[in-house]
Amino acid sequence: MSFEMPDFTPAIPEIFILCMACFILVADLFVSDDKRVITYLMSLATLVVAAMITINLHSTETVYTFSGTYVKDAMSDVLKLFIYLITAVVFVYSRGYLSERNLFKGEFYVLGLFGVLGMMIMVSAHNFLTIYLGLELLSLCLYALVALQRDSIFASEAAMKYFVLGAIASGLLLYGMSLLYGVAGTLDITTFSNVITANNLTGGEYSTVLALGMVMVIVGIAFKLGAVPFHMWVPDIYHGAPTAVTLYIGSVPKLAAFALIMRLLVEGLGELHAQWQDILIIMAILSMGLGNIVAIAQANIKRMLAYSTISHVGFLLLGILAGTKEGYSAAMFYTIVYTIMTVGGFGMVLLLSRAGFEADKLDDYKGLNERSPWSAIMMLILMFSMAGVPPTIGFYAKFSVIEAIINVDLIWLAAIAVIFSVIGVFYYIRIIKLMYFDKPLDTSPITSTPDMRLILSLNSLAVLALGIFPGSLLAVCVAAIT
Amino acid sequence: MGFEQIVFYIFSAILVFAAGMVISVRNPVFAALFLVLAFFTSAVIWILLEAEFLALTLVLVYVGAVMVLFLFVVMMLDINLAVLKRGFRRYLPVGFVVAFIMIVQLVLIVGPEQFGLDKVESPTPRAADYSNTEELGRVLYTVYVYPFEIASVILLVAIIAAIALTLRKRKHPRFMSPEQQIKVRREDRLRIVKMKSETKL
Repeated sequence: MSFEMPDFTPAIPEIFILCMACFILVADLFVSDDKRVITYLMSLATLVVAAMITINLHSTETVYTFSGTYVKDAMSDVLKLFIYLITAVVFVYSRGYLSERNLFKGEFYVLGLFGVLGMMIMVSAHNFLTIYLGLELLSLCLYALVALQRDSIFASEAAMKYFVLGAIASGLLLYGMSLLYGVAGTLDITTFSNVITANNLTGGEYSTVLALGMVMVIVGIAFKLGAVPFHMWVPDIYHGAPTAVTLYIGSVPKLAAFALIMRLLVEGLGELHAQWQDILIIMAILSMGLGNIVAIAQANIKRMLAYSTISHVGFLLLGILAGTKEGYSAAMFYTIVYTIMTVGGFGMVLLLSRAGFEADKLDDYKGLNERSPWSAIMMLILMFSMAGVPPTIGFYAKFSVIEAIINVDLIWLAAIAVIFSVIGVFYYIRIIKLMYFDKPLDTSPITSTPDMRLILSLNSLAVLALGIFPGSLLAVCVAAIT
Repeated sequence: MGFEQIVFYIFSAILVFAAGMVISVRNPVFAALFLVLAFFTSAVIWILLEAEFLALTLVLVYVGAVMVLFLFVVMMLDINLAVLKRGFRRYLPVGFVVAFIMIVQLVLIVGPEQFGLDKVESPTPRAADYSNTEELGRVLYTVYVYPFEIASVILLVAIIAAIALTLRKRKHPRFMSPEQQIKVRREDRLRIVKMKSETKL
């Protein structure tokens, strides 16, 4: 048997992140507690260098390597760059919070970097096996991160729930994949899709096996995304985990989950689009409805943002189910915008928290304008963007997915989406009302590091600036989907 | 019915029985032992598939190493059975309904109509000198090197996570340094206090 040496060049970013994560893991042992900032800076530098490597290697052509288990295309490059960016922002925001709670340890950054590696593997996967392994690598890091605050009962409970439900979801996904393998006899995504088309397997006796496999894969994906009716874990885990970890779980993995959908449903099961479209329509309507309505009843901002996530996932699914190139780029745009907004929203919770005070109740936001007018304006922009009010970026994100489904003649679905997003405006505006028209309950000064204030301000202003000039980001997403 | 089919049905029946017992017996030690039985019978079925290397690995690694460690853990932990079993009877009917639906679905969908013997041609048996260990080795480090490396990273993360979640440093470790003990001089330990002898009154 002849063996061709695989081309390692496309995978240099992954290899670099892996080497650096291992290096930081060992180097951290020799760093004393008061110099832990070295670990933090090394992690940030790793992400910056990885971003430079990815930009240098960027090309629009699609490259396969490692016997077709790895793919590098325009979409994977763009998603990886946003994964580095958002993770770096997460690291900056969480530093103060972690050190106040005695969690400022090397493990947070090492597990964070391994999670980044897992997401990169998912984004660049071209084989069912690689997708699954990447997902497991990411999930394992997330379970451990949630449980990192060992003395907190809430965090331990959240970690346990997350672990058990995540394991079930992985099991379903894997079972679905094994059924698909049973039908096509291959794990390679392009070959799989070709076998389905060539043998016309969507009809005939294997159609039911294919359908069951597809349904199980969708259940697995929906669990990871947090789409209704597989959303039960989202509020509990967002609430129970330390806010810094919630920030990580709530933002970056959604980029990888988007890639998961693109690779599995669009590239692998594209032939069955008519079948999975119906399933996604139901999940999208339920997610938008339940997310937006239940969020109104929440008194805790972390739970409220969790339900808001569920509703955003519904919108994301709208773009996917359109089944057109336009829809996929709209969904990608929505995912990227969602991560930028969410990281800002949870960043705000981190900004207001201090040692022994989590700032996770809605009442903690009362009169924020009197305490810190600048923070209140930043929060205002973020809330308007999440609600989808122009001229913020959230408006264009909603606009582009709704436009995509109108173009495939799903006007009734577009109407439902608009109605639910109007309902959703209520709870975002309520925070603005609390900030501007209520008296503050808590008048202690807001303490935070200047770098965090700077990045958080840039984050919120980016939401506004991208809303005024959405063209460039939109163009990137259109170019990324081929 | 050929010999292979008889072997298959006998061991499948044992496997299903053992799997059922794992989740229904009261004593966790028995549950672990039934899991050993389940692994062992699935290894037999793998041998029927001519996957000898994998079958042996399953017995060596899972039965020999993992389950023995697991048994130790189960026996050393003080598990409150009453708490574990609470709600078992309450949820049993729901569990049965779900399991029944799943079985019906699977029989209908992954049944003989799709994967029966007449649908899929049986593979030709390999020659006696065919080594499937060698074949596995050939692809594991070539075609599947990327997934293989990712799996190793997952194991590394598992180690990091396990240590990060369980390692607790003592505030005052009772650790003796022989070096320091040897270096001790009389002046470090003994203080001679000069004081006037007390006179008895």
